[in-house]
Amino acid sequence: MERRQENTIWYKLHIDLPLLLGLLGLMTISLIVLYSAGGQDMDLMLRQAVRLGFGLITMFVLAQFSPSFYARWAMPVFLAGVALLVAVLLVGHVGKGAQRWLNLGFFMFQPSEIMKLAMPLMVASYIGNKNLPPSLKHTFVACAIILTPTLLISKQPDLGTSLLVAASGVFALFLAGVSWKLIGVAVAGASAFAPVLWFFLMHNYQRQRVLTFLNPESDPLGSGYHIIQSKIAIGSGGIFGKGWMQGTQSQLDFLPERHTDFIFAVYSEEFGLVGIALLLLLYIFIICRGLYIASQGQSAFSRLTAGALTLTFFVYIFVNIGMVSGLLPVVGVPLPLVSYGGTSMVTLMAGFGILMSIHTHKRLLAN
Amino acid sequence: MNQPSVAMRDHSAESALFVRRVVVSIVFVLTLISILFLNLYYLQVESFQVYKTRSNDNRINVLPVAPNRGLIYDRNGVLLAENRPIFSLEITTEKIADLEQTVNDLAQLLGLDQDDIDNFYRQKKRQRRFKPVALVPRLTMEQAAIFSVNQHHYEGVNIEAYLKRYYPYGETLTHMLGYVGKINDRDVIRLEKEGKSATYAATRDIGKQGIERYYEDMLHGVPGYQEVEVNNRGKIIRVLKFVPPEPGKDIYLNIDLAMQQKAKKMLDGRRGSVVMLDANDGGVLALASSPSYDPNLFVHGISSKNYNALLHSKDRPLINRATQGRYPPASTIKMQMALLGLNEGVVTPQTRIWDPGSWQIPNTSKRFRDWKRWGHGWVDVYHAIEQSCDTYFYDLIYQVGIDKTSEFMKQFGFGDYTGIDIAEETRAVMPSRGWKRARFNQPWYQGDTISVGIGQGYWTATPIQLAHATANLARRGEIIVPRLLKSIRTVSGTFEVPPDHKPPIVLNNDSHWQVALDGMYGVVNKKTGTAHKAFADTAYVAAGKSGTAQVIGMKEDEEYDAEKLAEHHRDNAMFVAYAPFDNPEVVTSVVVENAGGGSSHAAPVARAMLDAYFERKQAQPFNPSFSLSNSLQSNLTRDELETLSDEQPESTEVGAQ
Repeated sequence: MERRQENTIWYKLHIDLPLLLGLLGLMTISLIVLYSAGGQDMDLMLRQAVRLGFGLITMFVLAQFSPSFYARWAMPVFLAGVALLVAVLLVGHVGKGAQRWLNLGFFMFQPSEIMKLAMPLMVASYIGNKNLPPSLKHTFVACAIILTPTLLISKQPDLGTSLLVAASGVFALFLAGVSWKLIGVAVAGASAFAPVLWFFLMHNYQRQRVLTFLNPESDPLGSGYHIIQSKIAIGSGGIFGKGWMQGTQSQLDFLPERHTDFIFAVYSEEFGLVGIALLLLLYIFIICRGLYIASQGQSAFSRLTAGALTLTFFVYIFVNIGMVSGLLPVVGVPLPLVSYGGTSMVTLMAGFGILMSIHTHKRLLAN
Repeated sequence: MNQPSVAMRDHSAESALFVRRVVVSIVFVLTLISILFLNLYYLQVESFQVYKTRSNDNRINVLPVAPNRGLIYDRNGVLLAENRPIFSLEITTEKIADLEQTVNDLAQLLGLDQDDIDNFYRQKKRQRRFKPVALVPRLTMEQAAIFSVNQHHYEGVNIEAYLKRYYPYGETLTHMLGYVGKINDRDVIRLEKEGKSATYAATRDIGKQGIERYYEDMLHGVPGYQEVEVNNRGKIIRVLKFVPPEPGKDIYLNIDLAMQQKAKKMLDGRRGSVVMLDANDGGVLALASSPSYDPNLFVHGISSKNYNALLHSKDRPLINRATQGRYPPASTIKMQMALLGLNEGVVTPQTRIWDPGSWQIPNTSKRFRDWKRWGHGWVDVYHAIEQSCDTYFYDLIYQVGIDKTSEFMKQFGFGDYTGIDIAEETRAVMPSRGWKRARFNQPWYQGDTISVGIGQGYWTATPIQLAHATANLARRGEIIVPRLLKSIRTVSGTFEVPPDHKPPIVLNNDSHWQVALDGMYGVVNKKTGTAHKAFADTAYVAAGKSGTAQVIGMKEDEEYDAEKLAEHHRDNAMFVAYAPFDNPEVVTSVVVENAGGGSSHAAPVARAMLDAYFERKQAQPFNPSFSLSNSLQSNLTRDELETLSDEQPESTEVGAQ
């Protein structure tokens, strides 16, 4: 099978066809839902299409580099990312009440996005050239690597991104085989840390989000409005949905942020449980393909990077759908590759580019 | 992977460890996705109905649409209460960029003053978003024309049309027809109590008086509604469903506008009342109360200045004298008294008594005067009615006593609601021992009884009661409730309201009816009758009875001199009559307050009414079906009529004097 694969045109282009088809499927869904959610705004569609195209190109370009290239550049990119994060806190541009952007004169740039890729690469490259499972000492160093950018990002404050960045590092560590005992201790420690987080580290608006999440009906017109309207949209979709462009919650503006973070509610309202099942199966397929690629990785670095990137992709899905359907508090995480929005989409496609690189450079390395 | 591998590194073990972790990850991923899916299943399948309802609540607004009020016609199809469009200039403020500028421009264009503008801003604060606010509630035709020409400059400003009640005959029918007015707080509470709030959601006006109030349910109709889809700002996106309102039923009254106008003309602004009933079915042909006022004032909200003027006028124009005015019936009830005496056997048609000009309770010094100071001489029952001999009836009631009198008169309808179909009616007073005990906490004295014999003392009656009692007499005991409503027109046809009969009065000897009626015949047809002059040369044969009610008590030997008395202390002139004598068709009662003698001041009015009736009949025979000819006709039972209007007359005890 491997032999046959290496002779295909796709292999030579460093493209993994199943993964590509899965991603194209998501992109199709994105454009279809966006047409409805955006109120048939063709400008919006065009911008999204351009972004998707740009994402595909990014993926294709990044797939051409070999995994060893990434292993080499992991550390410098990571350090540069940390430096930029510090810069953001000092001279960053404030948007929507948070300091996330760096104005480079010609365009606005979000350094935390770099960290989404730099983090798994860094942790994988650090742990990957040690004996696995990692020793206690290496584990602690890895934890420090994870915590530094995470805290910097959460300081901006950007809870959603810091969560995703932390997750990507933690997954690499987990896949490296950190003992269950240590995991248990970490979980216990995190639980103990929760009150400290709540009382000393969280911003008021973040606390409000959690409270709203626990009881959205307490403030139906204020902070609870988003989640209530979102649940109404999903629930009223039923099994088969109200039909494309027939979702009353979204078409009549009851649903906020409907083409970005809450696009899943639009999708659920219009396509129902059947549509949801289709979308979830597509996601599962992409995740399984990603984990398969990871397990086929030739080096520890490849395996850990691929696994961490794939599982982070899953975190996007889980957090977004969880928050839109009322299982998790509202944090700004888009539905991967479906939500309207540029930066995170390009980052995600870059991640898939690295995955494809890992899957298509094996033979070259072995020979 | 350019680093040299560590010597002790076990690649296959690491790979195996990784695969185990990947398997754990897959399990982890699938578990969490299952949780997501189960939650979504719960939302979309288990809670589908809940969220579907909430989604619809979000987007669907139900807007009630008011029904058009039923019209009111007289018996000949003359429109008495109609709905006229009025035009209002309304602004949807959300559609206007610079509201202040627009309002000022319009004010200049249409000649509005600061009050109008202030009023607009006040209303705007109370109005819901995307609902238009009236800048000019009633546009004149000129203003409407000016605006129409300039309309294209003002997007978001529109002329809206509403229907408002209009009474083309103004004060001619006010008391009987009543009027509609804006639904006020009291109406809201009442509607809520009766569970009718929902049906009035879009309605602005409600019947306040008279027919408009009594038949409110029938006239109002059933509201329709519009189901509209709105967005999250309440803006209407589209109409999903429109259920048209069911207009109120049109009703025909027994009133004949020509007769009503005649009655008004005859009263000529004097305080008083004229009632005319159809003897055959109890239909009210005229029900006039004077002075009157213009009901249209109340439709648009009467100004407090105008209202206070009406409320505090000495002439009490707000009272419906025909049903609420309480007057001593005086001699107009002498036929019924005669019947009572005959029925009780205290007199016979042949009994004659000597009238010296006054009467004394045996063994006392208390004397009761006859109106003829020198007396009538020998008097039998016919003579007593014709000449209205008081002494005859003093003696009669002395022998019968108050208890039997009270009982007997109640059968004719005295002391109780006649049941006419308007709420503004009073019982007036048919005195009895129990009544006096309850009212004054005093026992009944024999002296109290005697003046009751000539319709004075504690006895009071309303003009409608007098007409009703006379009609019951003319029908020889057959009792039919006076009724204003003649028929109801609905989409499925016209329903005639049948006469409402009550158990008849049964006498011990039927021939006594003829005695009383012959007496009444004599009043207008014999040279000795009190109203002979007033009824000279009629084209029909009538019967009647005059009455002159003392308004203030007079001492035994005092002279009555109308000229010397203050106007409000002069006698009330009364007259009751019916015609034709041998086959009663129409009955009338007339009261003119403080006019003087009944035969000289009320009888001419009664005659004019009867003349008008017969002239009109000759010119155009009353034909109940001529205006409703082709419609399906069916008779409603009494119960059906009750369900059409559940209003019970309520006592509003307001004396006219």
